[in-house]
Amino acid sequence: MIDREQVLHVARLARLELTDEEVGRMSEELSNVLGHIEKIGELDLAGVAPTTHVVEVSNALRPDVVTPSLPRDIALAAAPAVADGGFLVPSPQADAIDE
Amino acid sequence: MSATNTDLTTLTATAAVDAIRSGDCSAREVFDAYRAAAAADDLNAYLWVADDAPSAPSEDAPLAGVPLAVKDLFCTEGVPSQAGSKILEGYRPPYTASVVARLAAAGAPLLGKTNQDEFAMGSSNENSAFGPVLNPWDRTRVPGGSSGGSAAAVAAGSAPWALGTDTGGSIRQPAALCGIVGLKPTYGTVSRFGMIAFASSLDQAGPLTRDVTDAALLLRQMVGQDERDSTSIGFPGEIGRPSAHSLEGIRLGVPEELSGEGLGIDAGVLETFNATLKLAEGLGATVQTCRLPHAPHALAAYYVLAPAEASSNLARYDGVRYGACVEDGGLVGMYTKTRSQGFGREVKRRIMLGTYSLSSGYYEAYYGSAQRVRTKIAEDFAAAFGTFDFVVTPTAPTAAFELGAKTADPMSMYVNDYCTVPMSLAGIPAISIPNGFDGGLPTGFQLAGPAFSENRILDAAFALEQAIGFDASGARRNLG
Repeated sequence: MIDREQVLHVARLARLELTDEEVGRMSEELSNVLGHIEKIGELDLAGVAPTTHVVEVSNALRPDVVTPSLPRDIALAAAPAVADGGFLVPSPQADAIDE
Repeated sequence: MSATNTDLTTLTATAAVDAIRSGDCSAREVFDAYRAAAAADDLNAYLWVADDAPSAPSEDAPLAGVPLAVKDLFCTEGVPSQAGSKILEGYRPPYTASVVARLAAAGAPLLGKTNQDEFAMGSSNENSAFGPVLNPWDRTRVPGGSSGGSAAAVAAGSAPWALGTDTGGSIRQPAALCGIVGLKPTYGTVSRFGMIAFASSLDQAGPLTRDVTDAALLLRQMVGQDERDSTSIGFPGEIGRPSAHSLEGIRLGVPEELSGEGLGIDAGVLETFNATLKLAEGLGATVQTCRLPHAPHALAAYYVLAPAEASSNLARYDGVRYGACVEDGGLVGMYTKTRSQGFGREVKRRIMLGTYSLSSGYYEAYYGSAQRVRTKIAEDFAAAFGTFDFVVTPTAPTAAFELGAKTADPMSMYVNDYCTVPMSLAGIPAISIPNGFDGGLPTGFQLAGPAFSENRILDAAFALEQAIGFDASGARRNLG
C-alpha cells in the first residue's frame, strides 16, 4: 500500500534519513496502520463539515501593548551555534546544488 | 518527621494541605519527605528531582506548599525539559509553562520532572529515550503512557500528585494501569503555553492523583484563560470540592461500541466494569445502553489527525535553535542528520504517517475524511448527552501488560487508546478512577461528560470512589 519509493519520498519531505532496513520496516508498518485507517472509507461523509478545532474561538486578540520579550542572549543560550547575535547555520548554497 | 509521627508520603495531597494548614507538619517537612522518596525512586519515574524547596514559604497559599511532579514535556525555566526525547536531551528552557507557573504560585512547588513516552507518543512509556518506567504494582509490566512516569510516581507514593498531558488517553490510560485517578479536562480550560506540543488541537494538561478529591483540588488551580494560548478559554465558575454520596437521578449511558464483547476488551476488565455499573445502580443511577455509532472509527481518525499535527509541530527540531545538532556540511543535511539521529522509532513513524497523510494527492482522502469523522463523533456525544448525564466505559482494554509485549506491532499498541480517543476528538472532559483488579492489576472506569461538566464528573466519580473502596496499598508495598 505504501511502497519503498513512497517511503523514501515521504522521508525526504519530513527531512528524515532512513537506513535500508528502516525503509523496509516503515513500509510494512505504515501499510498496516493505513489499512486500519482506510476503514474510514466505509462511512458516508458527504456533506459533513470538517472539524479543525473543537472550541469555538475566533480572533483571540490581546491589547496591542509593547511588553519586554525574551532577551537576545537568553533566547540564544540553548542554540548549538551562534554568531553576531543570531543563530548560526551552514550556508544553504551547497544544498541548492543537491536539491 | 512530623509531631504525629506519620509517614507524610502516605497522606493524600488534600490531607497534606490540611495537615500543613492545621500546623501538624510544615510545608518544608512535606517537601523533604517527597524529595527523599523521589530521589529514591527506582521505577525510572523521574528524569530530574529538585534539590531544594523554593525559599519563599507557601503555607498560606491554596496548595500550602505540597509539591508537584511534572511531566517532562512541560517547560520549566532552568530545569531539564526534554519531552522524553534525545533530540532535547539536557534542554533547559528560558521560561516556564503557564500551568506550572500557576500551580507554583498557588503553592505547589516543583518536585521533579517525570519520564514519558517521547513527545507523548505511546501507551506504555517504552518510547522514552531515557528508558521505560516500571509499573509499581508489578515491575515486569508497563505503567501505561504517555504520562507513565507521573502515574507511577503518584501510585508508588514518590509524588503527592502530578501533572500529565492527554492527547488520546495519555492521562487516563496510565492512571488506569497504575490504579490512580486521572482527569482530562475540557479542551481549552487549561493553558497549553509552554507544553511541548504533540497535536495542538488535542493536547490538554490534567491532574494525576491518588483520589478524586485531590484531582478536584489540583484542577481548581490549573484552569484559566491565558493570553499566551489563543485557544485557551478558561472554565466558567470554579472547580469545587466533590461531596456527592448518591447518584440519584444520574443517567449513565454505556456505549455498546466501547464496552461490548468482541472488541478486544479483556474479560477481567469487563467484569470490574460491570461490577462498577452495579454499584452505580445501588447509588441510585440508571444504567442504559447508548450508541456512539462513529466511535469504532475514532482510532483511525485519531491516527490521521494526531500524526498530521505532530509532523508539523515537530518540524521545529532542526538543530538550529535548541536541542541536538548533527553537522553535515550543508543546511538540509544538518536538518536531516539531526532529526534522523535525534528522534526515536515511534516518533519517526508518526512523522512519516502525518507527512504522508498531508501530502499532495492524499490530503483529502486521509486528513479531510478524518476531520469529518471528528465532526460525527462530536455529534454522537452531543446526541448521547441529550439523554444521558455521562457516558461510561472501561478506560483501557487491558490491565498493565508486560514490558515488550506490544512493541513489535504499532497497531497492537495503538488499540490501547480505543476507549479514550473518542472523548479527545470531541474535546470533552473524562476521568478515570480505579475500580478493581484483573489478575491482581488495577483496572480503570472512565466517566465522560459534556464540555465544562468537570464539577459534575468529579462529584459522580467521588460517589463511585467511596462505593468502590479501591485498595491502592499494593503499589506501595512493592517499593524496594
